[in-house]
Amino acid sequence: MNLELIIFIVLALTGAISAVGMITRPNPVISALFLIFNFFALAGLYLLLNAQFISIVQIIVYAGAIMVLFLFVIMLLRTGEEPKLFSEKKHIKYFAIVIAVLVFVQLGYLIFYEAPSEYISQRVQQSMEAGTIENIGQQLYTTYMIPFEAAGFLLLAATIGALVLAKKNFE
Amino acid sequence: MLTEFGKVLVFIILAAAFVVIALFVARLIRPARPTKEKFTIYECGENPEGTPWVKFNIRFYVVALIFLIFDVEIVLLFPWALTYQDYGIYGFLVGIIFLLILGLGMAYEWRKGDLEWEKPSPKPPNLAKILEKSKRNIPVEVPD
Amino acid sequence: MPINSSEYLQILPFLILGLGIVISTLFEMYYKNSENFLPWFSAILFLVTGAIALTGLHDQTVLFGGMLAAGGKSAIFHFIFNLGAAIVVMSSVNYLNKYGANFGEYYILLQSSVLGMMMMSAARDIFMIFMGLELMSICFYVLAGINRKKASANEASMKYFLLGAFATGFIVYGIALIYGSAQTTSIDAIVNNFSALTDNVIFIVGFAILLIGFSFKIAAFPFHMWVPDVYQGSATTVTGLMSTTGKAAAFSVLIAIMTAIFSENIPNTFVDYFAALATLSMLFGSIVAIAQDNLKRMLAYSSISHAGYMLIGLSAGNESSVAGIIFYLAAYAFMNLGAFAVISVIEGENDSNTELNAYAGLNSKSPVMAFFMALFMFALAGIPPMAGFFGKYYVFIAAIEADLTWLAVVGVFSSAISVYFYLRVVVYMYFKESEYDFIIQKNNSGMFAVMVSGLLVLVFGILPDTLLTQILSVINY
Repeated sequence: MNLELIIFIVLALTGAISAVGMITRPNPVISALFLIFNFFALAGLYLLLNAQFISIVQIIVYAGAIMVLFLFVIMLLRTGEEPKLFSEKKHIKYFAIVIAVLVFVQLGYLIFYEAPSEYISQRVQQSMEAGTIENIGQQLYTTYMIPFEAAGFLLLAATIGALVLAKKNFE
Repeated sequence: MLTEFGKVLVFIILAAAFVVIALFVARLIRPARPTKEKFTIYECGENPEGTPWVKFNIRFYVVALIFLIFDVEIVLLFPWALTYQDYGIYGFLVGIIFLLILGLGMAYEWRKGDLEWEKPSPKPPNLAKILEKSKRNIPVEVPD
Repeated sequence: MPINSSEYLQILPFLILGLGIVISTLFEMYYKNSENFLPWFSAILFLVTGAIALTGLHDQTVLFGGMLAAGGKSAIFHFIFNLGAAIVVMSSVNYLNKYGANFGEYYILLQSSVLGMMMMSAARDIFMIFMGLELMSICFYVLAGINRKKASANEASMKYFLLGAFATGFIVYGIALIYGSAQTTSIDAIVNNFSALTDNVIFIVGFAILLIGFSFKIAAFPFHMWVPDVYQGSATTVTGLMSTTGKAAAFSVLIAIMTAIFSENIPNTFVDYFAALATLSMLFGSIVAIAQDNLKRMLAYSSISHAGYMLIGLSAGNESSVAGIIFYLAAYAFMNLGAFAVISVIEGENDSNTELNAYAGLNSKSPVMAFFMALFMFALAGIPPMAGFFGKYYVFIAAIEADLTWLAVVGVFSSAISVYFYLRVVVYMYFKESEYDFIIQKNNSGMFAVMVSGLLVLVFGILPDTLLTQILSVINY
């Protein structure tokens, strides 16, 4: 057992346990804290896959900004007064189980039958180089230049839209 | 052999161990005598009433939302900062146009006053009115 | 990467619209009466953008290392989006006052959504499609709930956002699986290796999930549940935009992907999927629309059934069917926009007068409105001299060519059902006594929007060949 495998097992266990913890806790604040754990574990896993940039993004955007937003939303709502979703609509639970099983089967197929191991070993070096921030920058500012500028307009529209919905003063 | 990330890992492990060990040792050596009073919420000697869960104002949410949008912007500018010099003036312009569009969003917020922290303006109590009211309510002492 | 400055000339429509968004935002910031100025600015902006897009019609190229296509089908789509948005702007001017949400931001979001649609229809890379889709959808979510004080608008916005985000999740998941199996996001590269890739189960699953996600966006039957509430709850002009150009944008993506597949002489693997979806959407939309008394809700169900007619074209999968869908989309855009423009003129405050009985005896109150509403209803029903007829005709002919006669028969049957509820509106307007009195506010720009769409519906109906030859000339097989 090498170090990488140990780290992987630790991170994967943290991720899985915190994910289960997140959906089973009745208190939304505790759920949100479990989610942060999950995000960090995922960031570690990305790092193991040589995706350094994605890992940083995971921490900056998800564990940082999105978690703050989640917590504010939880604070904004009085969650105790909300009726419980599953007690009102029982069939949603079965629907969720079906979806989860489908995704799980698919992932299992990908891992065990698609024989990705040869694939991956060929591409380890390539992926190590592709994951660096410089390489992503080079891609982003040449091939993906147009989508990048489009992202600017997307963020502008999102800013204006958010402010219209949240703060617009009505006469 | 440690890579650069290996060093970071050692650092993280040491940081986590530091916290865990400190808490664990403190637990071992501190006295533990819980009483019912110690578990109540500290409210300056008052008995706490109701839930501490109050509704937050929507402006916190707006700030968080704007923070999220600019966080994404930071993430997209990270790679630009590292590589723009490889592409000369062109690479510079690509990032600057992106920044200008985002800056426009920022200016829009600023101009529209969405960055102001709207305080609910408390009305100062009108002394004259209160006096008048109190005058009416105080029974006039009638001398015998 | 060598920078070719002539590429920037080819994407001039994008640059102009982008610049327009920036200028509009600046106006909104520094000009007090921006809501009186911005509609005229946006209308001119849309017309200029559309005209420039049309000038590049026969100049088909792929730009920026295979990111965007210019000219050809995308030019036609750009023209439809921009002209449609201009009509929406014209009908919004007075409507927004009535609706209680006359903001300059409305027009900025309108421009941004059109930019998103243009990206979708010009994209040659799945990544680009996704950016355009998100830009369009985010603007639509906000536009649906632009009046925060209306409970129905909030509900519409919320439902649209939740289900739209769900659909987007599907699309991203599909893209991830496609990328994982094909190692590329370029549509051309995927299509060139399509036969080899279809051996890979993961690729097929990813492609199917992508199609399901877009079936949400075009509002086809099993994925239609958001449509009635969203179309009824949003502002009427916004509904007009979502149901026509929004649908056209989603279709343009499906056409871009599927046409590339058809043109490589690859058997249409998804014919059963599209045929099933088409049958269900047509019949469901037509049958449920019969029971609706609210005009906006009725048009929502009718838009589901129109999605079904267009899907017939995708299941047929040949040259004439693709041309038929594009023609249908153009015709549908203007007849539906016209119908929504009429509703927005008639509508009073607080969503009043959108019920069918408000239209009883409309002929005596406003003969012009009644005439144009009848025109749009005939067109939607597919009665010959109008544009709607030729849209259906081309699609059905294409289905018969592709040995899918049963699908064309179902389509004809469904249009026969739909005649009932479209003509019911006409009967109410001309042959019923007015049930209650209300005043139709003077709305010149709205009237203008109605007339322009009416004119376009008539022109497309009387001279369908001119448009169709243009479309056929740019579909390069």
